[in-house]
Amino acid sequence: MSILVNKNSKILVQGFTGTEGTFHATQMIEYGTNVVGGVTPGKGGGKHLDRPIFNTVADCVKSTGADVSIIFVPPAFAADAIMESAEAGIGLVVCITEGIPTQDMVKVKNYLQGKKTRLIGPNCPGVITAGESKVGIMPGFVFIKGRIGIVSKSGTLTYEAADQVAKAGLGISTAVGIGGDPIIGTPTKDAVELFMNDPDTDAIVMIGEIGGGMEAEAARWIKANGNKKPVVGFIAGQTAPPGRRMGHAGAIIGGADDTAAAKMKIMAECGIHVVNSPADIGKTMAEVIKK
Amino acid sequence: MNLHEYQAKELLKKYNVPVQEGYACATVHEVEDAYRQIKGQTGSSFAVIKAQIHAGGRGKGKIKETGINGVKVAKSLDEITDFAQKILGGTLETIQTGPAGKVVNKVLVAQDMYYDGPSPRKEFYLSILLDRGTGQNVIMYSTEGGMNIEDVAHDTPEKIFKEWVYPGGGLLPFQARKIAFNFGLSGEAFKNMVKFVTNLYTAYVGLDCSMLEINPLFKAADDKIVAVDCKMNLDDNALVRHADLASLRDVTEEDPTEVEAGKYNLNFVKLDGNVGCMVNGAGLAMATMDMIKLSGGEPANFLDVGGTANAQTVEAGFKIIMKDPNVKAILINIFGGIVRCDRVAAGVIEAYKNLGNIKIPIIVRLQGTNAVEAKKLIDESGLKVQSAILLSEAADLVKKAVA
Repeated sequence: MSILVNKNSKILVQGFTGTEGTFHATQMIEYGTNVVGGVTPGKGGGKHLDRPIFNTVADCVKSTGADVSIIFVPPAFAADAIMESAEAGIGLVVCITEGIPTQDMVKVKNYLQGKKTRLIGPNCPGVITAGESKVGIMPGFVFIKGRIGIVSKSGTLTYEAADQVAKAGLGISTAVGIGGDPIIGTPTKDAVELFMNDPDTDAIVMIGEIGGGMEAEAARWIKANGNKKPVVGFIAGQTAPPGRRMGHAGAIIGGADDTAAAKMKIMAECGIHVVNSPADIGKTMAEVIKK
Repeated sequence: MNLHEYQAKELLKKYNVPVQEGYACATVHEVEDAYRQIKGQTGSSFAVIKAQIHAGGRGKGKIKETGINGVKVAKSLDEITDFAQKILGGTLETIQTGPAGKVVNKVLVAQDMYYDGPSPRKEFYLSILLDRGTGQNVIMYSTEGGMNIEDVAHDTPEKIFKEWVYPGGGLLPFQARKIAFNFGLSGEAFKNMVKFVTNLYTAYVGLDCSMLEINPLFKAADDKIVAVDCKMNLDDNALVRHADLASLRDVTEEDPTEVEAGKYNLNFVKLDGNVGCMVNGAGLAMATMDMIKLSGGEPANFLDVGGTANAQTVEAGFKIIMKDPNVKAILINIFGGIVRCDRVAAGVIEAYKNLGNIKIPIIVRLQGTNAVEAKKLIDESGLKVQSAILLSEAADLVKKAVA
C-alpha cells in the first residue's frame, strides 16, 4: 500500500486560511487528497474551502478523525504547530515551512522522542503517493503511478527525478521530500527502510546533497540489510565550495565527510548505483530494473 | 550571519562571559586613544591590535604590501601607532580569505592577557555547535588551544572531547564541572571555568548562534578564564526574534553581487567558472552546477530563483550573472511545478529584450507545467536563445557552448 500516505489518509491543514495554506490545500483537494479540515487559531467554527476550521489540532482530530497534518504556518510559529500535532496524537506531520530557527527544531526533535508521531521536513515539498494522496506542494501530474520510490532532500530535484523515471517508462509509488534543513524529522535511512518494506515499491531513487551524514548512514543500512531492492543514488553539490551554504540551511560542506565525493564513494561501496549526472537518474533506473 | 570578533565579545559580556577587554577602532587616532585607556586600566604597556575581518587565520595572515601580520602585540604607543597605520585600510590575506584578501576597516585594540602571575598560563579550545546526527547541541573542547582544531582532530583525536546537551534541561552543572576537570583545572581556575562554560552555553542559546567558537579559551596567570578570541555565527532564520542583532551585519564583508541578489530574494553564491546558471530550487541548482562541470564547463555561480521565477527575477538574475566577465554562456534550468513554464519563458524573452546586446549563448531548459508551449515561445521569439526540455539535451547544448 505505498508508504506514509494513501487514499484513506485523512489530512488536516495547519495554517489553513493563510495564503500558502489556502493555495496548496486547494491544489491538494483538486488532486483528490482527502482533506478533512484545517486549523487556524481564532477562526474555529467557520468553514474554508468547504471544510471545517478548528481552533486546535485536538478539536480537529476529535471531529474529523484526521491522522495526517500538513503545516503551512510561518517559521516563527511552526515548531509549536508541529508539537501541537504530536500532542494531539497525529501519526504523520508534514512540515512545509522554510526558515524555522535551528534551536526551535532542537526542541521539537527532543519533544518527539518516544511519541508515535513521525515528522517529515521541515523545509520540504512533502509526500505524494501517486494517484492517491498529495500531502505537499509538488506538481501532482509529474508523479505517474508506478513502483519506484523516491526519497530526496530537495524539491525540484525530486520532480526532476520523478519526471525522468516516468520518461523511462516507469512510475512512482511514493515520493518523499525529507527537507534540506540541518534538523529534520525523517532522515534518508528511515524513508529507505519504509520503501524496502513496502510491497508496492520495487526500487528506490535516493537523492542527497552536500552536508551531514544521512546518505552515508542510509547506504550502510542498505548494505547491512542485504541490498534487498536496487537503489539509484545521486548527490547534488559535487562542484560546491567548502564553507559556503548552498541555498538549503543544511547544504554546507563542513568537513571531509560532508563532500559529495565522499558520500558517493560510500554509496557505491554499499552497492548503490551512483550516477554522476542528474540527467542520468531515469535512464539508470530503467537499466537497473531490467537486470 | 557572521559577526566580527569585537561584536561577538560585546554580546558575550552581556551574558557575563569574561572576555579579553578592548576597543574597536576605525582610525589610527582611535587606536591611540584605546591604547592609552587600556594602559591606564591594566598598568601594562603591552596591548594587542587585531584586524577585524570575517575570516580566520588572521595571526598568521599578512597585510599585502606592508607584510605585517593581522594580529600584533605592541609594547608602546609608538609601536601600536605604527601597526595601526600598516593594518587599517590594508588588505589582509589569510588562509581563509583566498588570494584576494579582505580590506581591514576596523581593528580591535585589546588588553594583553599573557602577563605573569602565580600559576602557569594555558590555552584551551572550546566550541558549541549543532550535532546534526543527534539533533542536539554539542560542546566540543580540547586542551590543545590556540591551534587549528581541524589539525588537532586529525593528528590527535583523543585530545578532543565532546559533551552533548540534553535539550530538555540545558547544560547541567555536572557537565560544566566535567569540562573544567578535563581541562585539568583546580581551585579558582576551576570555579571560573565552570561559570564561563555555563554562561557561554546560555549565550549560545539566547543569541540563537549556529556556531560559537572560543579559541584560545585562556587561563591567565592569575586564574582568570577569558575568551581571547571569539568566532560567532548567528542563525539567519532566528534573526526575526533578534531585531537588535540584525544591525550587526557587516555587508562590506560580503560579496557585493551576493548582497544585491539578496535584494531580489535571489540566493546567489559567486564561483570561479565560465558557465552561469539560474535555477529554481537549491538541490536542482547544485545538480545543474554539477552537470555543467560534467559537460566540460565550470559553474560560475549558484543561483536559486526560488518559487517565483518571473520576468523581474529572471532579468535581475541575468544582470547579476553577466557582471562576471568570465561567463561564456548561461544556462537557465527551471522545473515548473506550481510555476508555469510558459510564464517563465515569457519572462526570459522580456528580460532578454530589455537587456539587449547579449553576446553570449543563452540556453533555456524548461520542463514541467506547459513545457511544450514554453519551448515554442522561445523558439519562435527570434532571439538567439537555445531551448531544451530534457536535462540531457541541456547538457549537450552546454557542451557545444563551451567547446
